[in-house]
Amino acid sequence: MIDTERRRLLKIAGTLILGSMLPIIPCSASSPGRSASAAGAGRWGMVIDPRKCPAGCRDCIDACHAVHNVPHIAGPGNEIRWIRQVPFQNAFPDQGHPYLDAGRRDVPVLALCNHCENPPCVRVCPTKATFRRSDGIVVMDYHRCIGCRFCIAACPYGSRSMNFRDPRPFIRTVNPDYPTRTRGVVEKCNFCEERLAKGMPPACVEACGKRGALLFGDMTDPSSEIRRLMKDRPTIRRRPELGTDPHVFYIVS
Amino acid sequence: MIDQTSGNRRIEWLWVGILVIVIAIGVIAYLRQLQEGLGITGMNQNVTWGLYIAQFTFLVGIAASAVMLILPYYLHDYKLFGRITLLGEFLAVAAVLMSVTFIIVDLGRPDRAFNVILHASPSSILFWDMIVLTGYLLLNLVIGWTVLEGERKGVPPPGWVKPLIYLSIPWAISIHTVTAFIYAGLPGRSFWLTAIMAPRFLASAFASGPALLVLVCLVLRRYTVFDAGREPLQTLGKIIAYALAASIFFVLMELFTAFYSGIPSLAHHFEYMFVGIEGHATLVPWMWTSAVLAVAALAVLLIPRLRRNEAWLAAACAAVFVSLWIEKGLGLVVTGFIPSPTGEIGTYIPTALEIAITLGVWAGGLLILTLLYRLFVAVKALTEPVAVKGAGEP
Amino acid sequence: MKGRRGGLIAIGIGLAVFLALATYPFWHAAGKAMPVPELDLETPAIRALPARLCVAPTAEMKTRHMQILDEWRTEVVRNGRRTFETPDGRRFDRSLTRTCMQCHSNKERFCDRCHDYAGVKPKCWDCHIVPETPSGEASAAVAGKGTLK
Repeated sequence: MIDTERRRLLKIAGTLILGSMLPIIPCSASSPGRSASAAGAGRWGMVIDPRKCPAGCRDCIDACHAVHNVPHIAGPGNEIRWIRQVPFQNAFPDQGHPYLDAGRRDVPVLALCNHCENPPCVRVCPTKATFRRSDGIVVMDYHRCIGCRFCIAACPYGSRSMNFRDPRPFIRTVNPDYPTRTRGVVEKCNFCEERLAKGMPPACVEACGKRGALLFGDMTDPSSEIRRLMKDRPTIRRRPELGTDPHVFYIVS
Repeated sequence: MIDQTSGNRRIEWLWVGILVIVIAIGVIAYLRQLQEGLGITGMNQNVTWGLYIAQFTFLVGIAASAVMLILPYYLHDYKLFGRITLLGEFLAVAAVLMSVTFIIVDLGRPDRAFNVILHASPSSILFWDMIVLTGYLLLNLVIGWTVLEGERKGVPPPGWVKPLIYLSIPWAISIHTVTAFIYAGLPGRSFWLTAIMAPRFLASAFASGPALLVLVCLVLRRYTVFDAGREPLQTLGKIIAYALAASIFFVLMELFTAFYSGIPSLAHHFEYMFVGIEGHATLVPWMWTSAVLAVAALAVLLIPRLRRNEAWLAAACAAVFVSLWIEKGLGLVVTGFIPSPTGEIGTYIPTALEIAITLGVWAGGLLILTLLYRLFVAVKALTEPVAVKGAGEP
Repeated sequence: MKGRRGGLIAIGIGLAVFLALATYPFWHAAGKAMPVPELDLETPAIRALPARLCVAPTAEMKTRHMQILDEWRTEVVRNGRRTFETPDGRRFDRSLTRTCMQCHSNKERFCDRCHDYAGVKPKCWDCHIVPETPSGEASAAVAGKGTLK
């Protein structure tokens, strides 16, 4: 395992050295990988600053859905969820109150898989089709999932979706580099592990770009961009009282 | 052989014929589901478990309830149950088979079902449920078959069955406890996140299962030569009364905690069940039916004069069964998803295909049950030809 | 007895019909042995190779390509090891679409031919997408190109 980790990080580091010579990836692109390699051991995490989300902007969602062939199925209760906007009240059910600043209350909050340190979905999976990698990413093995949906019942964040039907007819533009799913399996956000392996930041973070509402990096590295940001700005997490130890943080000031 | 009257034989064939037709419709509906996926059901991203898993949960309870016959007979030497313990064991066999079928039917990728064994994951309650259900099925098959064989040969069952019978008692408790753990260990679903989930499951199971057995005994008396007698049914009636009282008591405890604490995430689910939230009130008439039937049945079972009247007893047992089926086979699973942990008020209405598949699995289980009970009655007719009618009478 | 003979004749006819139907595939295909499919290795990418070498010797690829793909899948999805190194030091990305299909860009004439002959139906393409453009052309991985099924 340690060997895997080191090899993976060396690869990221190598790619990034090349990447820094050919600065084709904009702004935040190089920060996540560089900090992870500097730390020697990685633990990916994300910081979201909801107030930097321009009204009506869906760039991160569109980027994610395009990269991962996420289907768009119309109708209530049909939405396949990787990253989505939910009302503040739904993301933070315990934090809403009548005197909450309207600017915060009425701004939708981005919700995605929290890549918990202690993920209930992983605990309940009867086939280990969903598991936590040593870098903290909770991933799905779509080859193994039997579609029992125990993980959906276990996830307190509504971050998982079932393919009740064949998703292919509902995919807008197909990215041939990433597989689709079949009907009958559960799917979710994977923190773009396939992009991280190439030293690229998650698609949502890249799409957000300079707006800076989404930041991604190594939680174990005190000098990483997100750790430095978290030093100055107070953050909260979704339902921390459940003991899941979510690794997506929301700036509240 | 079993009953020479051609009228009863015709009714039996009619019953089997109806079951076969319902199974056939269910199979056709399931083939459709295999082709198109679970999208043919009413389930969606907010309510991801529905009728299938609810039936599974309810039927595990029916299977576990066989212990209400085994325990008095084998641990307390309550002789009157001696002639009907086999009915309980065979009911357990059919109920476990049905519940496992409901799990398979609910899988998105049934072709990969064996991954549960290939990639066994002991941290998952589903893994343990598979183990306890398989074990319980084997125990009841072996015990039921051996005891029946002994009866046919007119000898007491071999000594090695006894330990298995004693083992089957805690094992029965375990299957429903583990099934409750599927729900009671999920951090975000406050409706299920309750330490009394397993006791609640057992209480409702020990009412609904014996209620079904009373009805079965009355049917067997009416249409076959086997008569369980009056007294065993009266004792079952008392067992049902106690278990039903405990079941209602547990639900009231849940209501107290939810509403007196005033914690919205606890109260919302009960509001959804009994009054509806924001116009979403699909379950409301069902849940009130369930509540009224439970209280009425409890009253009938508690009043000795009514309970001793077998017509009232039968009505009460039917009411208990329907009431607890609604509570567990409909309300418990769906309500856990509404509202969702992120506050979405989902909807769930089973589709015609989904109901056809559900009925098909039930019919399959009932067919197995009919075959097993037919064997049982045949053996009883051979071994106690004179005493069959009215045996067990004090 | 007449009835008995009639019965025997009926059984005989029944048996004959059953045997005829049950053995239909055999005599239908009699004398028309299916030729073993020739696998087509002539793709631009393979022609451009300095030496015609796959990730393992041909004999091994013939018998074990499914196990190799299975191992690759486990390594990538579950262990995060994406690079495969052959004993002679050549390195490959463990990827069906980005490695295998880049050389074997003729799925119909390579994969399908033999799978059809052997009667196996791999499920790879239920999820993975067949790259549309043969390798060697720069546009191979442009988003929006590719076919479902």
